[in-house]
Amino acid sequence: MTDTVLDIKNVSKSFGDNLANDDISLSLAKGEIVALLGENGAGKTTLMSILFGHYVPDTGSVSVMGQALPAGKPRAAISAGVGMVHQHFSLAPNLTVLENVMTGTESLWSIGSNVSAGRKKLLDISQRFGLKVDPDARLGDLSVGEQQRVEILKALYNDARILVLDEPTAVLTKLEAETLFSTLKDMARQGLSLIFISHKLDEVMATADRIVVLRGGRQVAERKVGETSKAELAELMVGRKVTRPVREASTPGEIVLEAAGITVRSGGVDRLKSVDFRLRAGEVLGIIGVSGNGQAVLAQLLSGTIGRSAGDLVLFGKGVGDLTVADAVSCGIGRIPEDRNRDGVIGEMAIWENAVLERLPEFSKAGLVDRKAGIAFATRIIEGFDVRGGSPTSRIRLLSGGNMQKLILGRNLIERPKILLAAQPARGLDEGAVAAVHERILEARKAGTAVLLISEDLDEVMALADRIQAIVGGRLSPSVNAEHVDAQRLGLMMAGEWGGASDAV
Amino acid sequence: MSALFDILASAGLWAAVLRIATPLILATLGALISERAGVLNLGIEGIMTFGAMVGWLAVYNGADLWTGLLVAALGGAMFGLLHSVLTVTLGLSQHVSGLGVTLFASSFAYYVFRLMVPVAGTPPTITPFQPLDIPGLSDLPFFGPAFFTQTAPTYLAIGLAIALAYLIARTPVGLAIRMTGENPHAAEAQGLNPMAIRYGAVIFGSALMGVGGAFLTLSAFNSFFPTMVQGRGWICIALVVFASWKPERALLGAILFALFDAFQLRLQTVLSGVVPYQIFLMIPYLLSIVALAVMARRARVPQALMQPYRRGER
Repeated sequence: MTDTVLDIKNVSKSFGDNLANDDISLSLAKGEIVALLGENGAGKTTLMSILFGHYVPDTGSVSVMGQALPAGKPRAAISAGVGMVHQHFSLAPNLTVLENVMTGTESLWSIGSNVSAGRKKLLDISQRFGLKVDPDARLGDLSVGEQQRVEILKALYNDARILVLDEPTAVLTKLEAETLFSTLKDMARQGLSLIFISHKLDEVMATADRIVVLRGGRQVAERKVGETSKAELAELMVGRKVTRPVREASTPGEIVLEAAGITVRSGGVDRLKSVDFRLRAGEVLGIIGVSGNGQAVLAQLLSGTIGRSAGDLVLFGKGVGDLTVADAVSCGIGRIPEDRNRDGVIGEMAIWENAVLERLPEFSKAGLVDRKAGIAFATRIIEGFDVRGGSPTSRIRLLSGGNMQKLILGRNLIERPKILLAAQPARGLDEGAVAAVHERILEARKAGTAVLLISEDLDEVMALADRIQAIVGGRLSPSVNAEHVDAQRLGLMMAGEWGGASDAV
Repeated sequence: MSALFDILASAGLWAAVLRIATPLILATLGALISERAGVLNLGIEGIMTFGAMVGWLAVYNGADLWTGLLVAALGGAMFGLLHSVLTVTLGLSQHVSGLGVTLFASSFAYYVFRLMVPVAGTPPTITPFQPLDIPGLSDLPFFGPAFFTQTAPTYLAIGLAIALAYLIARTPVGLAIRMTGENPHAAEAQGLNPMAIRYGAVIFGSALMGVGGAFLTLSAFNSFFPTMVQGRGWICIALVVFASWKPERALLGAILFALFDAFQLRLQTVLSGVVPYQIFLMIPYLLSIVALAVMARRARVPQALMQPYRRGER
C-alpha cells in the first residue's frame, strides 16, 4: 500500500469571489479507498472535476502514476487511467449499454466499429468485478442501480486504475448501496484505487480506509478509519457539534385526515390498494417503505394531482371526494414534494416568486402581482428559516439542496398549515440541513400540525414519527406505535411481513 | 378505380417519384444528421433556396454541373457555419436562429441573383443534368423507364442515404454524433468534443441541404426562381421526425411523400372537373400529417435536441 497512484498537490480554484478549493492536497495509494467527506458546497465535486479535467485549477498540480496531468483535458485524465462516476450519470438513455460504454473509445475516423471486441471486453470486465449487465439493453430501460453499474463499467472499460465516485449512493436504495460497496471493496482488493465523495457517515466508516474531510473549500482533517468515530467526523464536517433534535412526548388531538379503503388505479395497475390510515393533529405518522412501492402515488393523492378509483378521503370530518391542488392549498395542506427540483420549485424563477406562487391571490392587487408584498414574504421565510445563499430576487436554482428545502418548508410552515405532507424531506441533504429540517417538522408537530412523513430512512422515521405504517406494493400495514418498534421490526414490515401484530389506534 | 391503377402502373409515375424525392432525400439527410447531434436546423428552407441559386449561378457562369453542386454545398456549409456559431458557440435558441437563417438566406439568394442576372422576360436557362443511360438496366421493360432513367444526383442521393445509415449506426463517428445528440455531457466525459461534433454535423448537414436545393435548378429544372423551394424544407423537417431520425427511413419517407405528390398530379388530369385541383394539391401534405402522427408517436427524440451545450454546466 505504499505506491502512490495519485497525487493532488496544493490545488486552489475559485469561481468569482467564491474560493471553492483552497490549497488542497490529496494522495491515493494502490488498492486504497479514500472517502472525501464534506457537506454540500464543501468543494468535493470541484476537486474531483479538476482531477478529471473538467475544470482548470488556478494553482496546483495533479499527477497520476508520477506523471503530471495536463489541466482541463478529460481525454488525458481518461488515458492516464482516471475514471469518474458522476452523481448525475453521464449516460444516454436512448442508446444501448454497449454503445454508452464504447462511445469515444475508438478512433473517430475508422470506417467500422469493432463491436464484437467491445462486447467481449465489456463482458469480461463485468464478470471480473461481478457487475452483471446486458450489453444490448436500452439504457433507459434499466433501473437506477443498473445504470450506475454501467457508469462504473464505462470507466473500467477505459482501463481506469483510479475510480472516482461522486455521491454514489445518493440515488440508490439501501440494498443497492450495500451491493455497491461490497463491489467497491472487491475492486480495491483487485488493485484498483478508489475515491468516493460522500456526506453520509455510515457508509464512509463502513467502506473507506482513509477519510479526508473538506469544509468550506479547505481540507480540515485526514483520519484513518480505525482512528476516528462518526461523532468526530460529523463535527469536523459541519464545524460544530450537530445533534439531531429529539421528539418530545405529546398527546395528539382530533383526527384531521382519514383515508378509508382508498385504491388508486393508473396505467392499468393498482398503485394503491385499499389503503387505510388516520392522521391526528399534533402527531407525526411515518409511512416507511422502499421507494417505488406506492408512496409517490400516496403523496400525489394528498396533493391533489391524482384521483382515487375507490374509497373515501375524509378531511376534518368531511368527505372530500377527489382533492384538486387548489383544494389542497385552501384546506391548509402544506406539501414538501419528493423531488424538490422537479415538483417543488421553478429553478429559473426568483426565490420570492417561488415563495408566493401557490397563494398568488393573497399577493395580488388589482389583478397585478404585488411584488413588494411577495418579497417581504420571502424575506420572512429566509430569515425565519435560515435560508442561506440567496436574496429574495435571486434565482432559486442557485440555492443548495438544503437551503432550497428550507425555503420550501418555510413556504409551507410559515402559514401554520393544519396538515403537512413531507415526502422524503431529508433526501440528499447534508447533516446540518437534515437536523434543521427535522427540527422544523417537530416544531410544526408541537404547534398542532398533523404531519404525514413519507420516508425510506429508518433513522428519520424512528426519530420523528409517533406512529409508523409500512407501505409495500401499494398496501399499507396497520400502524405501530414508534415506542414499541426497533429497526429490525421495521425492516420486516418494509419487506411486507407485518403479520397480524399491530397497535390499535 | 382502373384509372387509379393505371396511374400506379405507369412507368412515368415512378420516374417522377424518384425525381421529386431527390431534393427531399438530400435535405432530409442534412436535417437529420444535424438533429442527431442535437441541433435543429430550421435554416433548411433558406439554405435550399441559396443552394439552388448559387449552384445554378456557377453553372450559368460557365462551371460544369458537378462544380455547380460543389458550389451549392459550399454555400450551404457557409450558412451551416453561421447557424453553428449562433446555436453552438453562443447557445442561442435553435428555432429563432434557424428561422433567421432561412429568412436571410432566401433574401440573400434573391439579392445575389438580381445583382448577377439582369431582369429578362424569360428567365435565363442552363443545360441541366441528363438522364444516365445505364447499359442493361435502362432497357428493361417497365423497370428501365421507371427506375433507371434518372440523373446522376438522384443515384447519389440514394447512395448517400445508405452510406449515412451505415455511418450513424455502425461507425465510431456515428456513435459520437448520436451520443452528442443524446447527452453532450456524457460525450465530453468520454473525451469527445461535443462542440466540434455539433459544428461538423450542422455544417455537413447544411451542405447537403444546399445540394438538395441545387438539384432543383441543375436537374429537375434549368432555371432559378426565388420561390422554387416552395416549402420543401419544411416537409424535410417533418420527414426527419417521420423517419425517427434514421436515414434509411428518411429515404422511404421522402419516396412516399414524392409518391403522394406525383400521384395527385396525375389524379388531377383524370378527375379534373369533378374535384377542384386545389384539393389534390393538399393531399400530400394531409397524408404526411397523418403519417407523421402515426409514426412519430413511437419515435425516440434525441434527448439533447435543441439544448445548448455549455461546458462545465449541468
